[in-house]
Amino acid sequence: MMKKLAILVAAVALIAAPFGLKPYGIYLLSLWAVMTIAAIGLNLTLGYAGQISLAQGSFVGIGAYIAALLTTQGWPLGLAFAAAIVLCFAIGWLLGYPALRVAHHYLAFVTLSFATLVFLVLRNEEWLTKGVYGISGIPRPTLAGWSTKAPLDFYFFCLLILALVAAAAGWMIRSPWGRAFTALRENPIRASSLGVDTRRYTLMAFAIGSALGGIAGVLYAPLVQFIEPTAFALGLSLNLLLMVIVGGAGRFFGPFLGAAVSVLLPEWLRFSEGLYLMLYAVFVMLLLAFCPSGLLGLGARARKSWKPSSKSAN
Amino acid sequence: MEAEILALEGVVGGYGKLTVLNGTTFKVARDTITTVIGPNGAGKSTLFKAVFGLLPVQRGRIVFDGADITNLDPHALLERGITYVPQGRNVFPELSVLHNLELGMTAAGPGAPVAARIQSVMQRFPMLREKARAQASTLSGGQQKLLEIARALLLEPRLMLIDEPSIGLSPRLVQEVFRILQDLRSRGVSILMIEQNAKRALEISDFGVVLELGATRMQGAARDLLVDPRVGQLFLGGGTL
Repeated sequence: MMKKLAILVAAVALIAAPFGLKPYGIYLLSLWAVMTIAAIGLNLTLGYAGQISLAQGSFVGIGAYIAALLTTQGWPLGLAFAAAIVLCFAIGWLLGYPALRVAHHYLAFVTLSFATLVFLVLRNEEWLTKGVYGISGIPRPTLAGWSTKAPLDFYFFCLLILALVAAAAGWMIRSPWGRAFTALRENPIRASSLGVDTRRYTLMAFAIGSALGGIAGVLYAPLVQFIEPTAFALGLSLNLLLMVIVGGAGRFFGPFLGAAVSVLLPEWLRFSEGLYLMLYAVFVMLLLAFCPSGLLGLGARARKSWKPSSKSAN
Repeated sequence: MEAEILALEGVVGGYGKLTVLNGTTFKVARDTITTVIGPNGAGKSTLFKAVFGLLPVQRGRIVFDGADITNLDPHALLERGITYVPQGRNVFPELSVLHNLELGMTAAGPGAPVAARIQSVMQRFPMLREKARAQASTLSGGQQKLLEIARALLLEPRLMLIDEPSIGLSPRLVQEVFRILQDLRSRGVSILMIEQNAKRALEISDFGVVLELGATRMQGAARDLLVDPRVGQLFLGGGTL
């Protein structure tokens, strides 16, 4: 009940938030929505299924380039969504194969090299991506007569997609699929002894998480309206990883909070001028040192110390 | 119908080039409890993994209810009526008791009577109904073992492989778990068990198998093994169990 009320309040706040903000503020809110979608995807892969990936930013990049290339040629953004979902799902599935053989740090390195590979393709294959010159003039879509050209309209468009993605992810996490993902994260051998096809779920975790990264990318391109390869280099992947962990990996609302910390906090700290990145870094270090389960873990810990759990001995 | 529910015929298997099972051969009679005993490193747990498709069998055959099941995957074995309760704690601590049970129905496929089966095991273990919403990590060790056994029963198996059910449990709880296993036997579930606690396990078993270095050293009625001085020698360096 409390949870439903909190969600309602947050939804109202998100709808009311952009009014009275300057275009830059609305841009930041839109960026938050886009990054939250990508982080929800990574949270499925990492938080629920337990497979570390340093390549989520690359899928945002793939999605963004698909959107930029198609819409600057006059194709509708809807087609870009479809193409990005299919392609990122397929590539994510393939990226899952190494995860069947390696785990943890080793998997981090495999996905790291994939991220580097995607960056090099985006930078070097000029015939397709225009390399370091980037792609500019990416149009914003018009949906059934509703033009999303103005920042405010585009923000609501991002919010709508975020709501759809969140609803789909929420449904999946509650379904037997979500349970199988958690089982896979907690102990693959136990999971397989119950007949959970750990192989298929590992690949699925990568494929679905990557497809959500692609969706975020398709929104990112018309948001910024200019893309170039360095935006999707390793930095973005690390940032998305940070969002998931700061928010609370394996918790549904973790990515929402984590993305807020990563996108908005540096801006709020701008009053400190040159110091703001340092303050931000210190905040993140303190949080992870004292609460490795993230901001939402902080809440759970507070509740636990209020009423001790009824752990009984054998 | 054959007299045995499971038969191993010269099973060779292990980890890569290292074979742990070197021609293991024995049978499990229908509606009985059969206990596998043997010193550490004899290959007892490896044996279960090989039967349950978690480890490849390189040579030999495993026959369940007349059909060859060598190297089938766990999903297929669960469908055929074999269930496996591994050693140690096997619940998913962060999931609720109910969700742990639902995972036990993974192999049942769509349209399976999940809710009805869960209701029926809850009737059998009322503790699980009381704690249905509790996180599994908040259960005691004994309760977690009961949850594991209940979860393994959801698919209505005909053969249960249970590895060291007594580990980490107090003597009273061990007694309770053994009583549950005896009850299952009377309901038509054959049981193949591994136990360190050889004496107590053989006391409730019909048959025993002694495994040494991955090969069957002895097999026979449990009560005969209990008084066999060779068994005692293997475990205690002399005398009987």
